[in-house]
Amino acid sequence: MGLALTRLGQWTAAGYRTGTLELTPLNEVLLQEITIFVEHFIYDHPQEAKFVFVEPLEWKTNLEPSAFESGYIVSETTVSSKEVDKNGQPLLFLSVPQIKVRSFGQLSQLVFAAKDAKLKEAQACIEANRDPVVKILGSDYSTMKEDSGALNILHKITNGDDVENETKTNIALLLKQLDLHLLNDTLRRISPQTRLNPVPVKDDTELLKSFWGKGEQSVLESTEFTSDRGFSFSDGCGEMRYVWAKPGDAEAPCVTCGAQGVLFPGGRTDDEGKIDYETKGEVYKDLVTFLKEKLGKFSENMSKQEIRFSEEQQKNQTDEVPKKEEADVICKAVSGTDKSKLEKNQINFGKSQMARRLEPSLNWRTTVDRKNRKISVKESQEEKRRGKLGKTRASVSSGRAQLSCKSVDKAEETISESSSESEEDEEPPDHRQEANADLPSEYWQIQKLVKYLKGGNQTATVIALCSMRDFNLAQETCQLAIRDVGGLEVLINLLDTDEVKCKIGSLKILKEISRNPQIRRNIVDLGSLPIMVNILSSPYKTLKCLAAETIANVAQFKRARRLVRQHGGITRLVALLDCAQNSVEPAQLSLYETRDVEVARCGALALWSCSKSYSNKEAIRKAGGIPLLARLLKTSHEDMLIPVVGTLQECASEENYRVAIKAERIIENLVKNLNSENEQLQEHCAMAIYQCAEDEETRDLVRLHGGLKPLASLLSNTDNKQRLAAVTGAIWKCSISKENVTKFREYKAIETLVGLLTDQPEEVLVNVVGALGECCQDYENQVIVRKCGGIQPLVNLLVGINQALLVNVTKAVGACAVEPESMVIIDRLDGVRLLWSLLKNPHPDVKASAAWALCPCIQNAKDAGEMVRSFVGGLELVVNLLKSDNKEVLSSVCAAITNIAKDQENLAVITDHGVVPLLSKLANTNNDKLRCHLAEAISRCCMWGRNRVAFGEHKAVAPLVQYLKSNDTNVHRATAQALYQLSEDPDNCITMHENGAVKLLLDMVGSPDQELQEAAAGCISNIRRLALAAEKARYN
Amino acid sequence: MVTLRVKATQTLGNRDGRAASAPGLIRAPATGDTSRARIPRAPGMNRKKLQKLTETLTKNCKHFNKFEVSCLIKLFYNLVGEAAKRPGVAIGLDRNAFRNILHVTFGMTDDMIMDRVFRGFDKDNDGNINVTEWVNGLSLFLRGSLEEKMKYCFEVFDLNGDGFISKEEMFHLLKNSLLKQPSEEDPDEGIKDLVEITLKKMDYDHDGKLSSADYEKAVGEETLLLEAFGPCLPDPKSQMEFEAQVFKDPNDFHDNMNS
Repeated sequence: MGLALTRLGQWTAAGYRTGTLELTPLNEVLLQEITIFVEHFIYDHPQEAKFVFVEPLEWKTNLEPSAFESGYIVSETTVSSKEVDKNGQPLLFLSVPQIKVRSFGQLSQLVFAAKDAKLKEAQACIEANRDPVVKILGSDYSTMKEDSGALNILHKITNGDDVENETKTNIALLLKQLDLHLLNDTLRRISPQTRLNPVPVKDDTELLKSFWGKGEQSVLESTEFTSDRGFSFSDGCGEMRYVWAKPGDAEAPCVTCGAQGVLFPGGRTDDEGKIDYETKGEVYKDLVTFLKEKLGKFSENMSKQEIRFSEEQQKNQTDEVPKKEEADVICKAVSGTDKSKLEKNQINFGKSQMARRLEPSLNWRTTVDRKNRKISVKESQEEKRRGKLGKTRASVSSGRAQLSCKSVDKAEETISESSSESEEDEEPPDHRQEANADLPSEYWQIQKLVKYLKGGNQTATVIALCSMRDFNLAQETCQLAIRDVGGLEVLINLLDTDEVKCKIGSLKILKEISRNPQIRRNIVDLGSLPIMVNILSSPYKTLKCLAAETIANVAQFKRARRLVRQHGGITRLVALLDCAQNSVEPAQLSLYETRDVEVARCGALALWSCSKSYSNKEAIRKAGGIPLLARLLKTSHEDMLIPVVGTLQECASEENYRVAIKAERIIENLVKNLNSENEQLQEHCAMAIYQCAEDEETRDLVRLHGGLKPLASLLSNTDNKQRLAAVTGAIWKCSISKENVTKFREYKAIETLVGLLTDQPEEVLVNVVGALGECCQDYENQVIVRKCGGIQPLVNLLVGINQALLVNVTKAVGACAVEPESMVIIDRLDGVRLLWSLLKNPHPDVKASAAWALCPCIQNAKDAGEMVRSFVGGLELVVNLLKSDNKEVLSSVCAAITNIAKDQENLAVITDHGVVPLLSKLANTNNDKLRCHLAEAISRCCMWGRNRVAFGEHKAVAPLVQYLKSNDTNVHRATAQALYQLSEDPDNCITMHENGAVKLLLDMVGSPDQELQEAAAGCISNIRRLALAAEKARYN
Repeated sequence: MVTLRVKATQTLGNRDGRAASAPGLIRAPATGDTSRARIPRAPGMNRKKLQKLTETLTKNCKHFNKFEVSCLIKLFYNLVGEAAKRPGVAIGLDRNAFRNILHVTFGMTDDMIMDRVFRGFDKDNDGNINVTEWVNGLSLFLRGSLEEKMKYCFEVFDLNGDGFISKEEMFHLLKNSLLKQPSEEDPDEGIKDLVEITLKKMDYDHDGKLSSADYEKAVGEETLLLEAFGPCLPDPKSQMEFEAQVFKDPNDFHDNMNS
C-alpha cells in the first residue's frame, strides 16, 4: 500500500509531506481498491483482522459518532469500540474529529459505517498516515526503505515461527499483495508506449547490483557464484548504454542496451575490450529478460525462488512459469542496428541470480512494431492474460515488489509530460483489454476495410467507407474494433483532405461511433476537434451538418467543449443557426447540398452539447446566438425545436440569458411549444420556464401567454418522470406569483399536485412540495390541500433525508399550519415533533425552514405550551441554535422563540437555558430581517423575572436603539415594542437616553402605524417618568 | 484560344467576388428575361444564326437559361477555334480535345473514365462533340438531377453497354484504386476483395452483377455511391470555378479585361 501510494498517488504540489491527494481518476481508483481491500479484510482474513497495530492509524474524520452502531460505546462526541486489546485499550477510539484505529477488523467496520463517505475517509486516513505499513507493523517493515525492507520481510518469513510473527508476516504479505495489485492495476491504466531508455536500464543495473549485495545473507542460499563480481555501465551516445558484464562462469556476455531493447551481440572481439556492435543476436526487452534467457542459472534460480514462495503460501501458481516463458518468446523482435561506437568502461559483474521476474505491463510495448498490426493485437491479448495473472497472484516475491516500484518510476517518467489527462472530470474506465477477449468476425472485416481506407484512392476509400457503414456502428464491438485497428486515425486524417466525398463518408461514421464515451475521448485525443470546427465553415452544407452533429456527440465532456470553444467553434456553430434565413429553397438539391433548416438544426444540436459549460454559454451569447435561437424557436419542426429549447434551457441557468430571453420574447414561444405533442419538447420547454421563472416579470409573461393551463394539464400524465419533474418545477417557480396561484386553483392544479405527493421520485417530489408550499400561502389553497388529504403525505415526507426536499416540505407544512383545522391534523400526526427534530439537521437551510414552520404550529396548536414542553430537550435545542452563524437560522429561531415565549412556563425554561445572554449577543447586526425577529424575541422574553434587567446587563439595549435608524418599518415596530418592554427598568431608560433614543422615538410617534405609535409613546413616557422621579428626588 | 485553365489567384478572386452571388444567377429558372441578356459574339458566325442556335438549344435544355447557353456556345466556338475554319472537317471537339478539357478543367485523371465520359457526351457516336452535344452534355454534367446523373454514371460504368456492370467491369474500373503493396503476393487480391465488398453492398438481387435497378437503389440509399467506380462527374470545387469563369456577366468590364 505504501509503495503504490508513494509512487503512484498523485499528490498535490504542496509536497509529499504536507500535500493532500489530488482528485484524479487514478487516485480514485487507488482509493477504491484500498477501501475494497479493507472492507473485505474482516471476511477474508479473520485471523489477521484481530491483529493489533503497533501504532494506531490516526486521522481527522468527518464521521458522526451516531454512524456507529452495535459494538460501540457511543456518546455525543466520543465513540469507543467494545473490542479492546490486551491492555484494555479500545481498538477504535473516536473523539470528534480525531479518530484512532488499531486493527483491520475495526478498519473494516469503520469503512462499513462510513457508507458513502468511505472514499473520503480512506483519503483522509492515507493523507494523515503517509506510511501506514510502518504504523501497522512497525518500522522493520517500512516500505519506504525499499531494498532492505523487502528482504527483511523475507528473512522473517523464513525464520519466523511464533504465532504473532506469523500473523505479522501474513499481514505484511497481504499488504504487499495489495500494493502489487494496485501497481498492476494502475499501470494497465497508464499503459504507456514506453521505449527502453537509459533511466530504467540504470535502475535495472542498480537493482541487480543491490540484490546481489544482499543475496548472500538472506534468500539466496542456492547461489554458487563466488567469483568476483561487479556491475556497472557507461553512458552511451544518445539514448544507449553498453554494459559489459562478466559473470562467474566461463563466458563473458556483452550486453547493449539500446532504444529497441537489450541486445546480445557477439561479445568481445579483441583483448582491448572492444565490443562488436553488430547485432547478431536477438533483442530483449529489458535486462532481466535478457539475463533470464541467456544465463541459464539465473533463470533456474528464479524459478526456484518462485516455487519456494508458492509452497510457503499454499497457493498454486506453478503454471505461471511456463506462461512467463511464452510471453517472453513473443516479446522478442528483431530490430535494425543503429549502434554507434563509444568508449566504454569494462565492468565485471557476477551473474546476478537474484530472483527477478519480469514485470508484465510496463515495458511490454517497447518492442512493438506499430505498423505491424497483427503482432500488436496478439501482444495486447497476451498482455491482458498477463494482467490477469498479476491480479490473481497471491504471493509476492520481494524482488518483484521492489521491481514494481522501479517500474512505476519508469512509468511516471515516461508519462509525466503527456499526462494532462488526469484533469479529466468524468473519465470512464478504458476496457481496451477486455474488449478483445474474443474477437468477433466484425473485427477482421473492419480491419480489412481500414486497410483499404489507408491504401486506396478516393474511389476505393468511398467504397470502404460506405461498406463500413453497413456494420452496426451503434454496437460497442464495432466501435471499439474501428478504434483498435487504427481506424480512427485514418478517419480523422480523411477529414483533413480535399475530397468532399471522403470527408462526408468519414464524418458519417464518426458521427455514429462518437456516441461511445471512450471513442469520444479517443477522437478528441487524436486532435480532430480543430479539423471539425474548420469544416463548419466549409461551403458544403452536408459537410457542415455532419461536422456539427459529430461535434454534438463528441462535446459531451468538459475538455472537448473547451476545445470547441478555443478553436472558435462556438462562433461558427452560431453562424450555422443563421442559415435558415432563406425561405426560398432550391427545389433541386445537389449531391452536397442539404436543406438550410437541417444545417441550423445540426448547429443547434452541437450548441446544445456545448452549452453545458459555463464559458460556452457566455461564448454563445457573445456570438449573438440568442436572437438566432429565438428566431428558430418560431419554426414548427420538432427536430429543430428540441435542440433549440434544449440549448436555451441549459443556458437559462445564467442571469444574462434570463434577461435576454425576456427581451427576445422567447417565453411566448416556449409556452406555445408546451402544447406540442412531443414529450421531449414539452420537457425542455417546462425546464426552460422553470429556470427563467425565478424572475417575476417572466412569471407574469408565462401567465399572460396562457402557459399555466398547459402546465397544469401536463400534470395529469405521470408516466414520463423527467417531464413531470420539469413541469412540476415550472409550476413551483410560477406559483411564486400570487396571480399565478389563483390561475392554478382555477385549473384544479392544487388537487393534482396533492395527488402527486406519493409514489413519485425525489426530483418530482421536491418540485411538487415546493409548488404546494407556494400555493398554500393562500388560505383557500390551504383548505383545498386539507380537503384533498394532502397533510398526511406532507407530514410523512418530513422524515426524508433529501435536503432540498426537506426545505420545501417544512415550508409547505408551515404554510398549512396557518390554517387551524390543518393544524389539528398536523398535531395529530405528530408533525410538530418531526419538525422539531429537523432542527437537528446538519444543513442550515433545513434548520431555518423547520424553525419557520414551527412558528405557525406553535401559534395555532391547542395547548401549545404543553406540547412544546413535551419535547424532551426541545427547548434547550432551540436556545442553542442561537449560537449558529447563519443569519437565516438565527432569524427563524428568534421567530420561534417569540412564539415559544408566549407561554410563561416555557419562557421560564428558556430563560434557565440562558436565552437572554444569547439574544443579547446577537444584538449587533445589520441584517434587518434578523433585527426585526430579534427585537420581537427580546420584547417577548422581557416578560419573565428579571430578564429586563438582564438584557440591560448584557448590553442589548444600546444596539437596539440603533435599530430605530433602519429604513424598515417592521424593524421600527418590533424595536419600539422591545424598547417599551425594556424601559420598565430604570437602568435601561438611562442607557436609551444616553444613546439618543428619545429623539428617534419621538419621530416614531408620528408614524401611521398604530402599534408603533403606541410602543414608542409608552417608551418615551417611561423614560420621562424616570426623569421626573429623578428630579423630584433631587429637590426633595 | 481561350483556355479554361484558371489561375489560382484569379480563381480565388472570382470565388470571393462572384461566386457568392453566382448561385442566384445560375439557379434562376430560364424564363422570360432572355431578351435582356446580351448575347456574346462567337467568332466566325453571324449574329442572326447565333441567336437562332441559342434559342433552339435553350428550348431543349433543362438546366441552363438563355444567357448561360449563349456563354457555353461562345466557349464552344472558342475551344473549337482554329479547327472550325478548316474546310471539310466536321465542327466539334474530338476525343483528345475533350479529354484535355476534362483533365485540365475538371481534374479527371483516369483515361478509361474520360473515354467513357466522352462517349456519354457524344450521343451520335461520330467521334466528335458538336455544339448541341456540348450544351446538353454539360447541362447534365453540371446541373443534372440525381436521377439523370445516376443514369449517366451507370452508362459510364457499363463498359460494354449490356445494361449490367459485371464483376469484370468493376475489376477493370477499380484496377488502379489501391496502392500496390510490395508485401502482398497477389496485387490483384485486394481489388478482387474490393469488388466483392462493392457487390455485397450494391447487388440487391444477388445475381453477381449490378443492374441499373441495383445501382439506383444503392445510390438512393447512399448518394456517395453515385460515382462508386471512379469520378465521372466534376468535383464540386472545379465545377464552381468553371461556372464562375464561364457564366460571367458580360457587363462586368473588369472581369472581361482580366480574363
